Amino acid sequence: MLGVRHHGPGSARAVRAELEDFAPDAVLVEGPSDADPLLSLVGGLEPPVALLAHAPGGRGGPRRSAFWPFASFSPEWQALHYAHEHGCDVRFCDLPASVSLAVEGDGDGGNGKGARPADPLAELAAAAGYDDAERWWDDTVEHRSRERGSAPPPSPFAAIAEAMTEVRARTAPGPLPLHEASREAHMRRTVRSALRAGHARIAVVCGAWHVPALLERPKAADDAALLRRLPRVTAETTWIPWSHGRLSASSGYGAGVRAPGWYHHLFTAPDRPLERWLSEAARLLRAEGEHVSTAHVIEGVRLCEALAALRGRPLPGLDEAGEAVVSVLCEGSALKAERVRAAMETAERLGRVPLSVPRVPLQRDLEAQQRRLRLRPEAEPRDLDLDLREENGRARSALLHRLRMLDVDWGVPLADPVRVLGSFHERWRLAWLPEMEAAVVDASLWGTDVASAADARTRERAAHAGLTDLTALAERCLKAGLDGALEAVLDRASARAAHVADTAAFMDAVPPLARAARYGDVRGTGSAPLRRVAAMLLDRVCAGIGPAVSGLSEEAAAGMCGAVEAVHRSAALIGGASERSWWEALVRLSTRTGVPGLVAGRVHRLLRDGGRLDDGELLRRLSRAVSRGSDPQRAAAWITGFLGGEGLVLVHDEGLLHLVDEWLCGLDGESFDAVLPLLRRTFGGFSNGERRAIAQRVRTIGADPRTASRAPEADLDRASAAMATAALLLDRETSTTSGEP
Amino acid sequence: MTPTDAGPPADVLRPHAEQRHADELAALARADDRARPPGWRLSPWAVVTYVLGGELDDGTLVSPKYVGDRRIVEVAVATLATDRALLLVGAPGTAKTWLSEHLAAAVSGDSSLMVQGTAGTSEDAVRYGWDYARLLSEGPSRRALVPGPVMTAMAEGRLARVEELTRIPSEVQDALITVLSEKTLPVPELGEEVQARRGFNLIATANDRDRGVNAPSGALRRRFNTVHMPSPATAEEEVAIVARRVDEMGRSLGLPEVSSGMEEIRRVVTVFRELRRGATEDGRAEVASPGATLSTAEAISVLTQGMALAAHFGDGVLRPADVAAGVHGAVVRDPVADGVVWREYLETVARDRDGWGEFYRACREVGD
Repeated sequence: MLGVRHHGPGSARAVRAELEDFAPDAVLVEGPSDADPLLSLVGGLEPPVALLAHAPGGRGGPRRSAFWPFASFSPEWQALHYAHEHGCDVRFCDLPASVSLAVEGDGDGGNGKGARPADPLAELAAAAGYDDAERWWDDTVEHRSRERGSAPPPSPFAAIAEAMTEVRARTAPGPLPLHEASREAHMRRTVRSALRAGHARIAVVCGAWHVPALLERPKAADDAALLRRLPRVTAETTWIPWSHGRLSASSGYGAGVRAPGWYHHLFTAPDRPLERWLSEAARLLRAEGEHVSTAHVIEGVRLCEALAALRGRPLPGLDEAGEAVVSVLCEGSALKAERVRAAMETAERLGRVPLSVPRVPLQRDLEAQQRRLRLRPEAEPRDLDLDLREENGRARSALLHRLRMLDVDWGVPLADPVRVLGSFHERWRLAWLPEMEAAVVDASLWGTDVASAADARTRERAAHAGLTDLTALAERCLKAGLDGALEAVLDRASARAAHVADTAAFMDAVPPLARAARYGDVRGTGSAPLRRVAAMLLDRVCAGIGPAVSGLSEEAAAGMCGAVEAVHRSAALIGGASERSWWEALVRLSTRTGVPGLVAGRVHRLLRDGGRLDDGELLRRLSRAVSRGSDPQRAAAWITGFLGGEGLVLVHDEGLLHLVDEWLCGLDGESFDAVLPLLRRTFGGFSNGERRAIAQRVRTIGADPRTASRAPEADLDRASAAMATAALLLDRETSTTSGEP
Repeated sequence: MTPTDAGPPADVLRPHAEQRHADELAALARADDRARPPGWRLSPWAVVTYVLGGELDDGTLVSPKYVGDRRIVEVAVATLATDRALLLVGAPGTAKTWLSEHLAAAVSGDSSLMVQGTAGTSEDAVRYGWDYARLLSEGPSRRALVPGPVMTAMAEGRLARVEELTRIPSEVQDALITVLSEKTLPVPELGEEVQARRGFNLIATANDRDRGVNAPSGALRRRFNTVHMPSPATAEEEVAIVARRVDEMGRSLGLPEVSSGMEEIRRVVTVFRELRRGATEDGRAEVASPGATLSTAEAISVLTQGMALAAHFGDGVLRPADVAAGVHGAVVRDPVADGVVWREYLETVARDRDGWGEFYRACREVGD
């Protein structure tokens, strides 16, 4: 009977030694007993792994899952591994997952601790004069097997059983909560059946808390009665890879440990764990560019030992090591120490499970795709750059998008600062977190392979989405290569649009569709239906835009200004008759009264850049907008909208500059004060170079045009070679990315 | 150098730590049955108990000298036990000097071997000087040599303290390197050297706000274990520290008993913490931080001053008006910039707080 703490390296060593010594013919381990068939797979697993029990929750039942994590330093794992190596019978002895998943209100999902009247270790630790239960257990059990060179320490298990019996009698004298009692009843029943099966030497590895309960022998009939009434659900169990990060207590795992990296180190380091730990910290600090010498490490070890002696601990532990890292290795800088602390204490690693473990069909399909596309799931985040012109790039992108549709965010798209307008590159950040395994299992509800599950999930979403969401969904469909779902989504969008009379909603809906159409071009999927819907929406925008932009507040105007821009870009992508009607709408808008200054200015700029407004007319409009009769606030907003974040137009267009200058000089003090903040914001958005160029221009205003510095005439002969190349580039660009604005 | 076993004269303004707590140290020495490092008066465990306080087996109560993280004290004591020098770093007023004095008192029963670091500290102060009259008449001799505190500590196997290490010019700081690495102090004039006896070690304190003044060289840094002294973590902790120190100081200054201080202490500590952190304690609102450090030590001095005011000019009860001037003086160092910060704090935070009305009005009066 081996009482352990889950995930304690000392317990793990002691269990291992005890098993070698005792040579049992059957090993019973705390874990869900319906996972017994999985035990044959232990040899192929690479910890940390977890047993996943999952109730698919069909027919309205709750969908739940629970995990039993195992790390290489978990005593349970060592027991399983021992049994595997020595070919002895091994079984889980806790309640089956089908029961523990069915039991309502079990807060920590059956991950090994269960509801408990009080913290039993705290009682023992307090009796020993410790204020920290973890530390007490570390000192008395986990650290004891680390003494160098000496004979293996005597087995602690008898003492643990005795101590626990005492604690249980004190802290929980009454009857146990039902769940706890039934767990222990089940454990006893498993022991009995193992005895009946003819095993003589049985080792039970379970939480120390349960040991006393297993030593007492109530009648088998009582236990059976207790177990008979328990509810059940269908549950599937399998092995999934786990990670150290999820083992640590900070991740919210109830039976978690503070520093999995430290325990892993304690368990794997052959000797002198402290020296090795500090050397590793020194190595990491050196990699960060700090000067950490061997002398530092020596002094660090001495400090640890002095501290341990001062605190009356048998050997230095993680606390002492951490303090030595701060005080000696980092010379007092907690910031520096923090950089290595997280890396070392967690020591992130992801376990592996062989392909032969039972998997839900969706998982198998996903794995097949991962192999085919050479995308390995890894815990460490890494960036991936996909070229969508290539077959493989497209397939990878589609897979990642489909998984996102299924709420498995393995890849997260990154905004690309350089090629923000590029349409044939996608940048992703990939990080496979253990809970995604569970998300995949959850998603198996939607289908048996990734494509069909994503398709079904999309259709389900479309049924409840509003117009804006629908168009966004359409874009995602296209990226995920879900053509069937795309049509359904677009049909839904058209139907929905008929009932909507909100131009602003249309304006939000158009850009994703237009972008989707462009992606469609790149990916070689059919984009005609997309264009059709986008054009339909754009037409409706053109019809309603006039009233939509009138009488807006300053804040709403800023939003509308952005929307107009976005629609404008989309119009170029959609092309055809709809683009022409958009231009007409803009022209109408430019002369409309009641349009906020910001939007009006922006519209004029768009028209000017599109060559729809000649300079003479523009100057007339500008001077009218900023003339004395108009409200200076609106005039400033107009200018802001017109310049729209880039000032070069002021440098190159002297007439414009003159007008602005004249308007500014003509303002009286009060109006100037009123517009100053607005203008400051406008000009503040320009780059330094732009501002300097504008300032230079302003200085020459009013000077004799002959003496004013003028840009030298372009030397066409010298420029021709560069121009030819530029023309070539532009030509190439338009041919490869058709539809690029 | 006062012989530490003799009691101080009763009218000494500030007795050394080992004099003030002589009874506690004696009780600890009696109760202490653990191994003592060579040259130590107490075992490391007893030193930690002396600093952090506790109750001994014979019922003696040891008052806590330092309130805060136990680990800091443990690391500091363990460092001294490994014969590495200890460097206490922190913002002004985080009890660096306080801790170093008590450590020296507990470890070697003598906290007086101290070099006060200033810009004018010379090598003589760190090592040794000469009695020039004797030097001229007798030539260089042992009798003409005037040992500095560090040299005395080495010869006697005690702890030496260097306060404000970073204020000392770099070349003078580096005189400590030989002392710390070789544990010897050569006296070339006599062709002799002083070798440190067991029990010698050095505690230095440094202010990390003026890091730029004379940062210790890498060679010197490597000889120290560094412990960073934090500001008190919670308001309750800080209130406890301030309350006890104010009480102690009030008694040693012979102030008449002043009652109902707790509320004012809590208020001053709250004001200082909020301005230091740049946010209110409930985290709801941001406030601007003034240039002043607003350490715990300053809160203590503001309150002590308030007690003096209340005792001598008030009705013997510490009232908001007694601390208002002190708080104003501590916060507003730069009349323009800090004045704005303080007024903002008063108007946005203090004015609307329950029970702060009197304090708010008192501060307004001082400010105007």
